[in-house]
Amino acid sequence: MISERQWERIAPWAFTAASILLWELACRLFRVDPFVLPAPSAIAEAFVIYWRPILRNSAVTLWTTLVGFGIAVVFGLVCGIVVGWSRFIYSGLYPVMVGFNSIPKVAVVPILIIWFGIGEVPAILTAFLISFFPIVVNVATGIATTEPELEDVLRALGAKKLDIMLKVGIPRSQPYFFGSLKVAITLAFVGAVVSETVGANAGIGHLMLQAGSNFQMPLVFAGLVALAIEGIVMYAIFAYFESRVVHWAFRSGRNAAA
Amino acid sequence: MAGFVDIEDVELTYRGENGGVLALQGTSLSVGKGEFAAVVGPSGCGKSTLMKLVTGLVRPQRGRVAVEGAVVDGPLKIAGMAFQNPTLLPWRRTIDNVLLPMEIVEPHRGRFRAEHARYKTMAEELLATVGLGGFGDRYPWELSGGMQQRASLCRALIHQPALLMLDEPFAALDAFTREELWCVLRDLWEKHRFTVILVTHDLREAVFLADTIHVMSARPGRIVTTRRIDLARPRELSVCYEPAFVDIVHELRDQIATVRRQ
Repeated sequence: MISERQWERIAPWAFTAASILLWELACRLFRVDPFVLPAPSAIAEAFVIYWRPILRNSAVTLWTTLVGFGIAVVFGLVCGIVVGWSRFIYSGLYPVMVGFNSIPKVAVVPILIIWFGIGEVPAILTAFLISFFPIVVNVATGIATTEPELEDVLRALGAKKLDIMLKVGIPRSQPYFFGSLKVAITLAFVGAVVSETVGANAGIGHLMLQAGSNFQMPLVFAGLVALAIEGIVMYAIFAYFESRVVHWAFRSGRNAAA
Repeated sequence: MAGFVDIEDVELTYRGENGGVLALQGTSLSVGKGEFAAVVGPSGCGKSTLMKLVTGLVRPQRGRVAVEGAVVDGPLKIAGMAFQNPTLLPWRRTIDNVLLPMEIVEPHRGRFRAEHARYKTMAEELLATVGLGGFGDRYPWELSGGMQQRASLCRALIHQPALLMLDEPFAALDAFTREELWCVLRDLWEKHRFTVILVTHDLREAVFLADTIHVMSARPGRIVTTRRIDLARPRELSVCYEPAFVDIVHELRDQIATVRRQ
């Protein structure tokens, strides 16, 4: 017999398999034009035929995403600590960043391409621009929400702002930081692909654009699937990372709820 | 009379969006060295503000606050504090939470690494005296509310402060735990004789623990009466049911009722 827990574990795979099956069936049953929506089998076939370019372009997208994301992590962490540090900087910089973040990044890509030419740099920068905001906001929030009583305890002992930051603020912002990484890595993918679709020589976005203009719809969808796989894997890696590094946040949260 | 803590004719207004809030006005208070003082009063009367004044976290607009004869013009650097909320750090084990002040207060700060083992033993002993022996390696979230509050007391006392400030430290606990912790605090105080200022709205708690009780008026808060508690020490919990104790509680209750009507 399969227990309830095991069912829960199987469920995501079962649902994925079922929806793919449904998709395949629908395509065959209703004779959907493969140009509109290729069946999963056609996509799999494209995968087999074009596995080399898919792999090569995936690697490019992965690399630009990770570089952009890496810059975003460093920049976001530093920026978040600075913004969370002082109320003055917070009130000055926060609205500016919110304003900046509300600009659709697609609109920035052409500018980046004019500045840096077609290639990997605009993709890296777009990935960075789109993913650094959630990191800054989360780190700053984690630091800014330090309990005032705790701050009083430390200040009454003669703690300087730097002490409070090192002992409380920064460790306290860790769960917020790692939580934001999951969001940021997914956004970084979006940024990189958007930029590749507008202007690039390589990458999954570029591949899909090329395949689209050649009417190779199964290949377009294969690119989409490759992106989904990369995104999910990266998300899973950071989710795992998060649960390991800030286990206390999960436990204490659960404990408080119980 | 110059005490260990002297507050003289202090006035403090918090600036707010719609004008200021006058928290304290004409407040004077003196606490002797090694004395256990309690401050009681209706809620919102500025008791917590008083704590912040004494520790130098806020400064009065008028009047004078002095500790050990020196005017307080910045954070004290010596005071131990505990609040209603234990505010332990969830990423540190209990023992490391207790040791936190040692990482900040001079001269321990400079010695912290070199003498870590000794400090750790000190913290373990302190934890044992409040009934948390062997719990040092647990995380705070693995402890009950009462245990967390004990650990919070330890954190306030680890650096052997001359002044302990307590802001309703037992308010969030159940009655049994609260009385248990009264005894813990009583024993610690009997042993070390630090100066305590306990802010509370539990009159029985104040009468049981304190040498002197200061009753505050409604906002703007000032001290309306000071009542010495001459019950013999050490006090056992059973004292709470003696007529003399009950009389004092009633007397204070009447005073607070009068103050609230004003």
